[in-house]
Order: sequence, then structure tokens, then C-alpha cells
Amino acid sequence: MDVWFAVLQVLTLVAILAAVYRPLGDYMATIYTTPRNLKVEQGFYRLIGVDARSEQTWQSYLHSVLAFSAVGVFFVYAIQRAQAVLPYSLGFPAIPEGLSFNTAVSFVTNTNWQSYSPDVTMGYSVQIAGLAVQNFVSAAVGIAVAIALVRGFALRRTGTIGNFWVDLTRGVLRLLLPLAIVASVVLLAGGVIQNFNGFTDLTSLSGGTQSIPGGPVASQEAIKELGTNGGGFFNANSAHPFENPSAWTNLFEILLLLVIPFSLPRTFGTMVGDKKQGYAILATMATIFVVSLTAVTIFEMNGAGTAPGLAGGAMEGKETRFGIAGSTLFASATTLTSTGAVNSMHDSYTALGGMMPMLNMMLGEVAPGGTGSGLYGMLILAVIAVFVAGLLVGRTPEYLGKKIGPREIKLASIYILITPTLVLTGTALSFAIPAVRADVEGTSIWNPGLHGLSEVLYAFTSAANNNGSAFAGLTANTPWFNTALGVAMLLGRFLPIVFVLALAGSIAAQDKVPATAGTLPTSRPQFVGLLIGVTIIITALTYFPVLALGPLAEGLQ
Amino acid sequence: MSSRRTATQRYGVAFRAMLVFTAVLGLAYPLTITLIGQLALPAQANGSLVTVETKTGGPETVGSALIGQSFTDAEGTPLPEWFQPRPSAAGDGYDAAASSGSNWGPENPDLIQAITERKKAIAESDGARAEHIPADALTASASGLDPHISPAYARLQVSRIAQERGLPEADVSALVESNIQGRDLGYLGDPTVNVLELNIALAGLKG
Repeated sequence: MDVWFAVLQVLTLVAILAAVYRPLGDYMATIYTTPRNLKVEQGFYRLIGVDARSEQTWQSYLHSVLAFSAVGVFFVYAIQRAQAVLPYSLGFPAIPEGLSFNTAVSFVTNTNWQSYSPDVTMGYSVQIAGLAVQNFVSAAVGIAVAIALVRGFALRRTGTIGNFWVDLTRGVLRLLLPLAIVASVVLLAGGVIQNFNGFTDLTSLSGGTQSIPGGPVASQEAIKELGTNGGGFFNANSAHPFENPSAWTNLFEILLLLVIPFSLPRTFGTMVGDKKQGYAILATMATIFVVSLTAVTIFEMNGAGTAPGLAGGAMEGKETRFGIAGSTLFASATTLTSTGAVNSMHDSYTALGGMMPMLNMMLGEVAPGGTGSGLYGMLILAVIAVFVAGLLVGRTPEYLGKKIGPREIKLASIYILITPTLVLTGTALSFAIPAVRADVEGTSIWNPGLHGLSEVLYAFTSAANNNGSAFAGLTANTPWFNTALGVAMLLGRFLPIVFVLALAGSIAAQDKVPATAGTLPTSRPQFVGLLIGVTIIITALTYFPVLALGPLAEGLQ
Repeated sequence: MSSRRTATQRYGVAFRAMLVFTAVLGLAYPLTITLIGQLALPAQANGSLVTVETKTGGPETVGSALIGQSFTDAEGTPLPEWFQPRPSAAGDGYDAAASSGSNWGPENPDLIQAITERKKAIAESDGARAEHIPADALTASASGLDPHISPAYARLQVSRIAQERGLPEADVSALVESNIQGRDLGYLGDPTVNVLELNIALAGLKG
């Protein structure tokens, strides 16, 4: 019975995503291709000093991304350090340097890893003027980079790939802000709070005391999901009843975090002038999503392991109102995108169930992935897949009429290598440096045994993939983790962007070659299968050994 | 020289853009949503607070319909005359200013011990057979503030409550049944019982 309710819930989600795929995807294509600027945008460009008609080379585009992000880190850092003198800080002091750095990097890189517990750390000013602003703009940056890559495939013989400032502004003003306003109001109606009340102290029904928190939560919750950010207003994130009050708000939030990433393949298809290409990418993403969701749901419903067996179900760290199906759906959606919000505690999942969110991130967050980053990640994999097909069956390595030559395949290969390098190096160093190991094992790790390794592996996987979810028992507010995860987030975000934009520049300069008998059709099921295979094989070969040491070993005990 | 000027210009643009974004997205947007919330949906926007009429007169706020609360004495011992919520890892239990799950893993000895002890305690207090105790009664929620329990756990507590309060078991049982909230739209989530609302109704029940 429960299974059928779970299936029905997924079908509802699929139906809504399918219904908005074309209109939203085409709307986004229009946003990023129209030459017309809105009045308010013209004023904004004048104010900041940008010529909206000018086009940028990939290097110039990249420099703008980096400058904007650097300024973002500076802003978020400064606001946190100034918390003590800001209004509505709830009496919280300034955030210490190490944590401020980690948090600033975390929100600018669209990760939203939280080394802190917001309930007792962050006042309203930091949340709205620091963190939530990045929730908008870091998402818009991700989409901008993806669009720049799509332009590379769509354009021919050009030295430019668009204007970053225009892409950024349009993404915020025409896409994220209107959607966030609508979503906020829906969440409000569902019971998500929005006030500046601070704490309300009251006497509970049985005569105890309770301190009910306030806060501008709905406005933050909306963009937190829409921009695949994931940083909770409260420590419990989307498990907190004030962030996610009911089963239907839960489904709504899942919809919010999937809607842009799952519609971007349409934008891609429309912009390259072949909508079937969009469907092929969509089919790849959707297949991986469904398989992964099914696996984690089965693992959690079975409830293997000593504690779940003793309790009669894997309900530790799960909310009654969502049930297991509402929890695993959220867990899959949040880790298959770059969101990282949680409505259940992944640390308390069954061993194999908890491996699935980790595996989802290890796939590179491409099914459907973060806003923008999911699409560019999948397009890189498509380039690799085309190349692999070239090796296997002697097809000419071309994608969308662009030749995949040595330069392109080098850029794509380096892209693929960056995140695993960060994840595995970070995890290894945590245990290899004696002083660090003592600190990690003594202070940070919460669960003993194999599960402790999984906590550290999860942290670096999450940071390097810019996800932000955690095996949250880990105490990450230490000098080692604040620094190492901060570096992993920075490099995990911006190094891939360097190679994506370089690739965009490289293919934008090419002319299109006509399809021949030797060209691999990239809009057929055969290619979808190949792309899924490439995605899984790359991940499996990279991560299987370390998974075998952590969750696999624990699950097979 | 010119490249340095370009870089300076670029950072100038970035800085000004961030200032404007902060004003629009960091102030105007949340304030607008706050205005909408406070004007159109004040009850929800302020935390779905629940008030009851007190004997001394006047309504008093006793909690939020969305946030679970403890029904324990000052030492943290469960008060047997109230329906008990799930175990909580938020502070000392249902500390709404410190939401948290236990984050204990499936093989963690602390969790195994906690579940064993909870099982024993409930079996004693409610006279239930260990295998009839539902999972939500033995496990802490993700937020530590779960306002709900499963209908099964509510039913399990009926005979204890009836005995403690000297009420007919059928009346308490009927109260539980009328407080069961079905799945959203008939199929989303699990059926639940809101513990605070159930206990408020229970307080109004005359023997």
C-alpha cells in the first residue's frame, strides 16, 4: 500500500515537471537569447557601468564570473564579521574568521555547506542580506555558465560567448526573482513563517517552557530550493516544521529544487535548434533519477541494520509527516541536484540507503544537477560519450556538428578529474596527517566505526560537488574542516567553470560540420544508453574503492 | 597597464552590482514577502500559534501547531497523563531554539541502547508488547521538533491515559480517532496525529 502512495507521489512530480518542461525551458531560452533589455535592466546596466550590447570572449566571461564571485565572498564575509552591530542579530556575536570564510565560500559557490547551527549562530540580517542574496546570484551564475556553453554549441565561427553581466541580471530578474516570489507565497500559505519576531517565550500546555523561533523563512526557503542552494534557515533545514510544515509543502519544495534543472535541457534543445537533443539529455537525467530514487527507497523501506531492525523501521532522523517515501524522494532530489537541503538526517539512514545520496553526488550531480551546473556537467559527459563512441565503434567524434578534437577532449577530461581528486585527496588527508587525524577522530567524527569514515567521505563529496548536505553528525566547525572544505568548495566550483568556459570558447570558434554517415546520432535512445553508461562507469571506477571502505562495508556486515 | 585598468573596472562593476543585488534581493524581496505574509496570512507567517482559554480567564498561547513540545516534569520524566510525542534530539528535548536530529548511524551503540531503553519504558508504562510499539515511538525525528506521532502510537497510549485520568477508554479512543489527520490530498506523506492538538482536546475532555 505504502509503495503505491510513494509511486503516486513520484508520478505527481513527474506530471508537473513534464507540464512545465516546454514553457519554462522555452522561456529560459528566450531570456538568454533576446536582444531586448527591460527598462529596469537598462537602468541597472547604466548604474553598474556595463554595455549590455557588448559580447565577451570566454576569457573575459570567465574573469567576470570570478570577479563577481570574489566580491560576493568579500560581502558575505564582511557581513558575518559585522553581525554584532547589525540590527535583528538576535544578540548573536560576530562570526569567527574561519567560520566566516567557510560560510562565505559555501554560499558563493552555491554549496550552502553549513559548519554552524543557524539557530544559535546567524541573525536575520546575515541570513537575508548576506546568505539569501547569494542564493539568488550563485544560482544565476551557474545558469549563465551553462548558457555560455550552450551558445558555444549553437554559434559558429565566433570569438564570443555572450555577456556575463547580462546573463546574470536576466537570470535573477526575469527567472529567479519572479518564481521565488510566487513560491514564497505558496509556502506562506502552507505554514512557513515570515516575520521578524525573534523568539517567543511561552508556557507549554503541561506547564513547561518553550522558545518558539521567528524569522524571514519563507522568502529564504523559496530561493533556497529554486536555486538548488540548500542552506537551511534552521539547523534541521527542511525537516524543521517552520521550513517544511506538511507533506504537500514537502512535495512542493522538491518540485522547486527540480524545476529549473529539469527544464534546462529544453532550453538547450531550443537554443541549439534541435529539441530532440534536449529530450536525449532529459531522458538520461530522468533515468538515473528514477533508478537512484528506487534504490534508496527500497533500502529505507527495508530498514536493514541493527538499530532500524530493533525499532521496526528506519524512522530515526525522519519526520512522521513525510514518512519514508517523502524523505527518500527529498534525499534523492537534493543530492541529484546540487541543493543539499535535507528533510531527513542522511547520517541516520541505513548503511546502503545512506550510500545513495553520496553516490548521487559522486555521479557529478548531473541528474538533473544544480541550476546550470547540472546541464554543463551533463554536456561535458556527452562530449566524453561521443569520444568513447568514437573509440569503440569508429564514429567521428562530433557533438551537435562540432568536432571533438584533442583540445576539447582534454578540457572535458580535466573537468571530469577535478572533483574526484578533491574528494579523495581531502578524505585521504583527513586520515593521513597524524595531527589532523587525531582532531578528526577526536572532535569531528560522531559515529564510531565504518560510519565515521563515511561521515568524512560524505563531507568532502558534498563540498567538492557543491552540494551542501552532510552526514551531519560530523562536527565540521574546526580549523581543518573549515579550511579544507572551504578550499574543496572553491576549487570544486570554479576550476570546472574554467574548463567549461574554455570549452565553450573553443567550440564557439568552430564552424559546424555537416552530419555524415559516420556521425553518431546523439538524439536516439542508443546515445542515452551510452551517456548513462559513461556517467556510471566513470563514477564507479573512481569511487568504488572508497565506498567499499565505508557504506558498502557497513551495509554488508 | 590597460589590462590592469580592465581588471579594476571589472571589480568596480562587480562591486556595484553586488550592492544593488543586496538592496533588491537582500532587503526589498524579504521585506515584501514579510508584508504579504503579515497582511494576507498573519497566522501562518507568525508560526501557527495555538491559544487556549485558561481557567484564570483570557486566552494564553501554549505553543505552535507545527512545533512539537515536551510533556514532561522539570526532570524530564514523561507525564503519564499526557499523550507523549516522539523522542527528541533537539536540546534537552523539543528545544525549539535548537532544532536537531540525533545523527546516530544505524549501527551506533548509543542508538541501539536508546531504542532498547525506550522500548522497555514504553512496554512498562503502556502495557504494550514490545513488538507492537511503532517505530516512531522509538526513534528521534530529523528536526527534534516533530509535532506528530503515528496513529498507532497514539492508540497505544489510550489505555494509560484513560487510567491516569479516570476517563472511559472509549472516550479517549474516540478522541484519538477524531484527531487522526489523513495523508495530504489522500496520498502524500503518512497519516499523523498532532500531539499538542490531541492533548488540548484531551484537557477539555470531561470524565
